Amino acid sequence: MAIPNGTGSNEIDDTIDYSDLEAKFKVVTDESFDNIVVLDGVPIIDNSRRERLLTKISKEFAKRDSTISPNDIIVPWDNATGKSKGYLFLEFKTRADADYAITAMDNVPFDAKHTFRLNRFLDVEKYTEMDPTYVEPELEVYKPGEHLRAWLADSQGRDQYVTYRGDDVTVHWHGKPSQCEVAHTRANWTNLYASWSPQGTYLASLHRQGVCLWAGTSWELRQRFAHPLVKLIDFSPNDSYLATWSHDPVVVPEGSQQGPNYFSLEDQGNNVAIWDIKTGHLLRTFLIESDDKKQLQWPALKWSADEKYVARVTPGQQISVYELPSMGLQAKKSLKIEGVVDFEWCPHGDKDKEEAEKAAKSGKPGKVKENMLAYWTPEVSNQPARVTVISFPSRSVLRQKNLFNVSDCKLHWQNQGDFLCVKVDRHTKTKKSIFCNLEIFRVRDKDFPVEVVEHKDTVLDFSWEPKGERFAIVSSSDPNVGNPGPGITVKTDISFYQLERSKGDFKLLHTLTSRTSNTIRWSPRGRHVVLATVGSSTKSELEFWDLDFNTEEGKKEGTGDSSGIQPLGTADHYGVTDVEWDPSGRYLATSASAWRHTLENGYAIWDFKGQELQKHILDRFKQFLWRPRPRTLLTKEQQRQIRRNLREYSRAFEEEDAAEETNISAELIAHRKRLVDEWNTWRALCEEEISDRKKGKKAERRGEEAKEEIEVWIDEVIGQIEEVVE
Amino acid sequence: MRPILLQGHERALTQIKFNKEGDLLFSCSKDHVINAWFSHNGERLGTYDGHSGAIWTLDVDSQSRFLVSGSADNTLRLWSVQSGKCLYEWEFPTAVKCVAFNETDDQVVCITEQRMGYQGAVRVFNINRDGDGTAQATEPAHMFNPIGSKATVCAFSYVQNRIVTGHMSGKVAIFDYKTGEEVDNNERAHGDEVTDLQMAPDRTYFITSSKDKAARLHQTKDLKVLKTYTTETPLNSAAIAFGKPYILLGGGQEAMKVTTTSLRQGKFETRFWHKIFEDEVGRVKGHFGPVNTIAVSPTGTCYASGGEDGFVRVHHFDQTYFKAKPYGEWEILD
Repeated sequence: MAIPNGTGSNEIDDTIDYSDLEAKFKVVTDESFDNIVVLDGVPIIDNSRRERLLTKISKEFAKRDSTISPNDIIVPWDNATGKSKGYLFLEFKTRADADYAITAMDNVPFDAKHTFRLNRFLDVEKYTEMDPTYVEPELEVYKPGEHLRAWLADSQGRDQYVTYRGDDVTVHWHGKPSQCEVAHTRANWTNLYASWSPQGTYLASLHRQGVCLWAGTSWELRQRFAHPLVKLIDFSPNDSYLATWSHDPVVVPEGSQQGPNYFSLEDQGNNVAIWDIKTGHLLRTFLIESDDKKQLQWPALKWSADEKYVARVTPGQQISVYELPSMGLQAKKSLKIEGVVDFEWCPHGDKDKEEAEKAAKSGKPGKVKENMLAYWTPEVSNQPARVTVISFPSRSVLRQKNLFNVSDCKLHWQNQGDFLCVKVDRHTKTKKSIFCNLEIFRVRDKDFPVEVVEHKDTVLDFSWEPKGERFAIVSSSDPNVGNPGPGITVKTDISFYQLERSKGDFKLLHTLTSRTSNTIRWSPRGRHVVLATVGSSTKSELEFWDLDFNTEEGKKEGTGDSSGIQPLGTADHYGVTDVEWDPSGRYLATSASAWRHTLENGYAIWDFKGQELQKHILDRFKQFLWRPRPRTLLTKEQQRQIRRNLREYSRAFEEEDAAEETNISAELIAHRKRLVDEWNTWRALCEEEISDRKKGKKAERRGEEAKEEIEVWIDEVIGQIEEVVE
Repeated sequence: MRPILLQGHERALTQIKFNKEGDLLFSCSKDHVINAWFSHNGERLGTYDGHSGAIWTLDVDSQSRFLVSGSADNTLRLWSVQSGKCLYEWEFPTAVKCVAFNETDDQVVCITEQRMGYQGAVRVFNINRDGDGTAQATEPAHMFNPIGSKATVCAFSYVQNRIVTGHMSGKVAIFDYKTGEEVDNNERAHGDEVTDLQMAPDRTYFITSSKDKAARLHQTKDLKVLKTYTTETPLNSAAIAFGKPYILLGGGQEAMKVTTTSLRQGKFETRFWHKIFEDEVGRVKGHFGPVNTIAVSPTGTCYASGGEDGFVRVHHFDQTYFKAKPYGEWEILD
């Protein structure tokens, strides 16, 4: 079904609540008495001593940095006795002065008999008029909120994705053709871009004022973070924290809102903020400087997989690790590492997570595995470059490896934390040509054995198979590598490697030569991989590959022969800029974003075999994002059970599909029939009209020819009256 | 469907028309020449020479006796189809943008440009079909100046004294040419310039194409939009197929922007849409410039497209075209 390209409604959505801003910048006119303070505990005097008392009081106040001139003191006078009443009114310049005086002077002894008691003038009135009877506060009725993960309970098991086009942000359901529908759409939902949290719970929108998080089935506003001119955001792995960055340092204007959710004066000048998502509290701000030449590295703060720590690197000096949620520096000191360039936390695999959960349940915290962290340092005078893996928080070095002739390193952890690949770009002695080494640390094995895969060409991209023991690289010997120009398409080779368990090294499985692909996208479940040519103006190929074509599902794969590598299909999406698998690994989405170019913007969805399912060419199309799914709640055993009974399940699904198909086609045919019937009746009417018109013309002509005079008698009934005759 | 390539023009095509029998094809272009072709084999029958400016428009009567053409040399000419002789010439202050015969071949409507201080005008001439056709009235039978956005395309309605016009602003209107009064209009028929307007055989509905990337089917009586066909490229021409429920659309990137975009980008295909279901059913590639004009033979067996690239491509439909029923069996009235 084609979705019309027409633009949507231009309604401006004003669901964004600006009331806080209005409150913030409201001009307050000071007409109240809150700068007036009642001073009690003053000696009772007669008129003659009045001057002296006032100067004394004024001096007493000045001792504690509170200024009040005798002229601003009003002395209530008891005319009957001719003496003062024993209390005074002090009129301060501002409320702040009055507040200060109350804290500074209350309970201060004046002389042996007298002690100052200060009260706000308004309070006196308030407390005297207070109703002394106790009223039970009304309990607010608990309203169950929407489930934040309601989309997972979709009966058809559909996934969601968000698109951003023009000013419209739309959340779609994606399933079988009949089940694709819009879940929610809003104009001007975001001002910059939209983003999902890693577990898919929240949809973030960026505005001038800050970040908004939306969730639930009705997409209510769940949280707001006021970080003006925010540009970049980064969620922690389990949706608990958020880091935001703005190019402009924080400025806290006078009179701005105070509280744990807002910046305070201490945060001025910083540009990165860490927030707690559930409470909305600001945890800490940082100043992360970036050279104008070098692009800012984002995420600048890296979260550990269990969300216990967040760390940042100060290039050349140190890695600072902060504890969450207190945001205090762990062990009160940073890891001082001279020359450190970059680091990565080790991700936690499913096994680690299960163990952690078990440990948490059994209440034995001692068994929890430590976090791991890998970093590298470049060559500095006589010292070789070095990759180090340390455990944290014990800070003990687990493995270290020296490297030579290094020009750059990239750290790639496999998503289960089984392997760490360090892609080392090395230069020859003359520094003229660059080749590549892949240093692969087998982290799960004893002493972390390192395998080296040497590659003569430059490796452009590296990618681990999720949950697998394979990886793919894009390499090129093309001289144009590194100096991209218009119309230059770099020829590349794609190679697949696999771990050989018996020998413990990585073996080349297969190489695809002279391609143009520069991007590798593994399916999130492994096995399938898509090679794409992205960002080229002439080539835009997509290749769909299956790496276990011969092996049956469920059998132990990894026999190491390359015969299982089979192409499933090729496709083409002109001008493709982004390629993403859906979280289930069933579909692939490609999009051409207007942020990169304006040619044929839009998106397409393919199945894993490379069959096009949907394609929409939409001008001003900007963004396509699958909604991530959290980890499954089923245990290993349950998953196995499902796999075993897949046949039975699939029978039910197939029946459902067949029923639906006939249903749709019936619906479609009915729709078409209606259209055809409408058209045919309209045509019949037109024909009738035309023939009438022709007849009319003929009659007219005949009438003219004959010029017969026709007399017509017209009987007109003006009224009828019925009378009953008796 | 192997096309016949007609190479008789040196510059961009502006309009092509079949005669009523569908055996002849007339084409005009910016190179000042009008060509007549045999549609079955692409052989050239002859040319009509005389214009000294780009020829924007032409039309042929239902008896294939007279041909009218309008040009940027500010003239409207009447030709004898058979002999190729110019029978009569009307001169105006500005260029002629659109001409059309009426159903009974005794009237011609023409639109002249709004330029150099002259208002755009719509004129209706009575054509004297007696004798050799050289005895024509110099003055138009009716003339008026539409107010507002200038008219770009026009055709006679099936209702007497009425013409339908398409405008620069995207408006579609009905005028009474006797009084010059705007009888009815649809201001928002299109979002941009209306580039083509072609009548159905009985003139009860018509199709318009526009730069706003859409084509629409309108009811002639009240300008109600019946169908909308939305594409992703500016459209220059739209035609109604005969005998089959299809719509042919042609367009592409504007001529001035072509050099900066790749062929892939240009979308220079002729698109076939289902008239009733508003779904695209197919595309025909071939031109390497925007398609400027499309005409369908009244016999329903072939169609031709003229492009900015200077070629006319005549496509005779294959058997499969007549057999194919992409949406199943439907009896659809023309």
